Amino acid sequence: MLRFLITRVFLIVPTFIGVTLAAFAFIRLIPGDPIELLVGERGISAERHAQLLHEMGFDRPLWAQYIEFLGNILSGDLGHSIVTRQPVLQEFLTLFPATIELSLCAMIIAVCVGLPAGILAAVRRGSVFDHSVMALSLTGFSMPIYWSGLMLIILFSGILQWTPVSGRISALYWVDPVTGFLLIDSLLSDEKGAFISAVRHLILPSIVLATIPLAVIARQTRSAMLEVLGEDYVRTARAKGLSPQRVIGLHALRNALIPVVTVIGLQVGVLLAGAILTETIFSWPGVGKWLVDSISRRDYPSVQSGLLLIASMVMIVNLIVDLLYGLINPRIRHAR
Amino acid sequence: MAVSEELHATEETPGVVVHPLREFWYYFSENLGAVAGLVTVVLIVLVALFADVLAPHSPIIQYRDHFLVPPAWEDGGSWSFVFGTDATGRDILSRLMHGARYSLLVGAIVITLSLMSGVALGLAAAYLRGVFEVVVMRMMDVILAIPSLLLALVIVAILGPSLENAMVAIAVVYLPHFVRLTRASAIGEMSRDYVTASRVAGAGRLRLMVVTVLPNCMAPLIVQATLGFSGAILDAAALGFLGMGAQPPTPEWGTMLADAREFILRAWWVVTFPGLAILTAVLAFNLMGDGLRDALDPKMKRS
Repeated sequence: MLRFLITRVFLIVPTFIGVTLAAFAFIRLIPGDPIELLVGERGISAERHAQLLHEMGFDRPLWAQYIEFLGNILSGDLGHSIVTRQPVLQEFLTLFPATIELSLCAMIIAVCVGLPAGILAAVRRGSVFDHSVMALSLTGFSMPIYWSGLMLIILFSGILQWTPVSGRISALYWVDPVTGFLLIDSLLSDEKGAFISAVRHLILPSIVLATIPLAVIARQTRSAMLEVLGEDYVRTARAKGLSPQRVIGLHALRNALIPVVTVIGLQVGVLLAGAILTETIFSWPGVGKWLVDSISRRDYPSVQSGLLLIASMVMIVNLIVDLLYGLINPRIRHAR
Repeated sequence: MAVSEELHATEETPGVVVHPLREFWYYFSENLGAVAGLVTVVLIVLVALFADVLAPHSPIIQYRDHFLVPPAWEDGGSWSFVFGTDATGRDILSRLMHGARYSLLVGAIVITLSLMSGVALGLAAAYLRGVFEVVVMRMMDVILAIPSLLLALVIVAILGPSLENAMVAIAVVYLPHFVRLTRASAIGEMSRDYVTASRVAGAGRLRLMVVTVLPNCMAPLIVQATLGFSGAILDAAALGFLGMGAQPPTPEWGTMLADAREFILRAWWVVTFPGLAILTAVLAFNLMGDGLRDALDPKMKRS
C-alpha cells in the first residue's frame, strides 16, 4: 500500500509543474505588454515603464522569471489583483467558502438522489421507472445549466415568488463571518430568520449545479449495479435464500459502489466548471463568478492565480480519489 | 427484418458476408432513442442548410414597432412572429434557425480540429514512445486538471472573444480525450499479429500507423466524436452566454440567451426558446452517440 501511495503522489508532481508552466505562460501570452496589463488602463511614462519592467523582472531571461514565479507560489505569494490591489490568495480564500458551500450542497443532492435512483433502476431493469431514470439522466446530462437556472428563476422567483433571485442571504441580515459558510454562520448568529433566508437563497443554485453530477451518478450507479447483479456470488447469495434487500444492499451494493466512488470524485472538476455558470446566473459571490469578473475586468494576475489554485485543487482531489480507490479495491493496489 | 435473418444466417452458414454498414444499421436501428436522435440531427442540419429559405424574417432586422412581442399563441402575439420577438424587435424563430448554423459549425470544426490533432498526437505517442510520449501525455494531464470551461475561458482571454477563438479553445479542451483514446487503442493494436505481418512485409512507419493500425482504432473515436459534438455545442453556447463566444448581433443560441437575461422576469419567451434549441440539439447528439456506442462496441452485441 505504501508503494502504491508513494508512486501515486509522485505522479502528480509533473502535472503540477505543467500547471504552473501553463499559469506562467498565460500572462505572457496575453497580447500586449505585461506592464501595461499590470497597471491597467492608466498610461505611464516610458521611463517608469522601463523601471517597472526591471523591478518586476520582466527583462530577465524567461527561465529565471519562471524560477522566481515558482518560488513565490511555494512561499504562498500569488501576486496582487490589479483591480482591488488585494493579495489574490486572500481574495480567493474569502470567496472560496461560498463556492464550497454551494458545491457541497449540490453534491449532497446529486448523491442522495442519484444513488437510489440508479440502484432502483438497475434492480427494476426494463421497468417504466428504469426507462424514466435513463431518459431523465440523459436529459440532465445534456442540460445547458445556464438556461435551466434562468428557467427556474422564472418559475420559482418570478411566478411563484418562493425563492429570491440572487445572492447568498437577504440584505436585511448581517451575519458575522465565522466559518465563511453562511448556513453555519447564520445559525451561530442571533439574527432570527437568517438561517431560513440563507437556505432559501441556496436551494435553486444547488439544484442547478447538481443537475449534471446527478445525471452522471445515476447512470454510473445503474450500470455498475447491473454488472454486479449478474455476478455469480449474487446468485449464490440469492440461492442461499437471503432476502432481496440483503442481497442488494449488502452484497451487490458494496462492490457496485467502487466505480461510483471514483465517478463522484471526478465530478469535482465538473462542479467547479458548473460553479462558474451557476454563480454568474445567481450572482453568487464565489470564486466562479470572481473568475468570470476577473477575466472581463482584465485582472489577469487574479485569473492566473485562480487558474493555478483551482487546477491544484482538482489534482489533489483526483489524487485522493485515486488513493481511496486503491484502498477500497485491492485489485488495483496489487496490480501496480 | 431481412438483415436480421441474414445476420442469423451468417452464424450458421459461413461464407455469407453481411456488409459491416448493414450490420451496424441493424444494431443501431434497434435503439429507438438513437434513431430519434438521428432524425432530430438530420432535421437540424436541414434547417441550418435552408435557413435562408425557411426563416420568415432576417435574423438581424429590427422591427421597431414590435419590441418583445409574445409568441403567436399568447395574448398580443402575432403569427408573423411565431416565437415572438426580442428586445430589439428581431424575430426569434428566424434567429434560432440561423443559430442552428453556428452550433453545427462549431461542433463540426471543433471535432475536426480536436480529432485530427488528437489522432496525430496519440498515434505518434503510441509509435515513438519514450520522451515524446511522456511529454504529450503529461500535457494532456495538465489540460484535464483544469475544469473545461475555465480552460476555455482562459484561452479565449488570450486570443480575444470571438466565435472562431471559442472554437479553438474548445478544441484544445477536448484534445486529451482523443489523444488518450487513440494512444490506448493503438498500443493495444500494435502487438497484434496483423501489424507484425505488415511490418515484416516492409510497410513504412507512416503506412503502418495510418493505414494499418488507425482504421482498427476508429470505433471508440467515432463514439467520442459524436459525444464531443454535443459537448462542443454546449460549451460554445456557454462561452457565448458569458460574453466570451460569438458576439452580438450574431444569432448564436448562447449569445441570444445572454442578451435575454435582463428580460427574464418580463418576457419568458426570449429566454425559453434559445435554451430549448440548445437542449434539443445536445440531447439529439447524445442519443445518437449512445446508440453508436452500443452498435459499435462488440461487447454489447448479443450473439
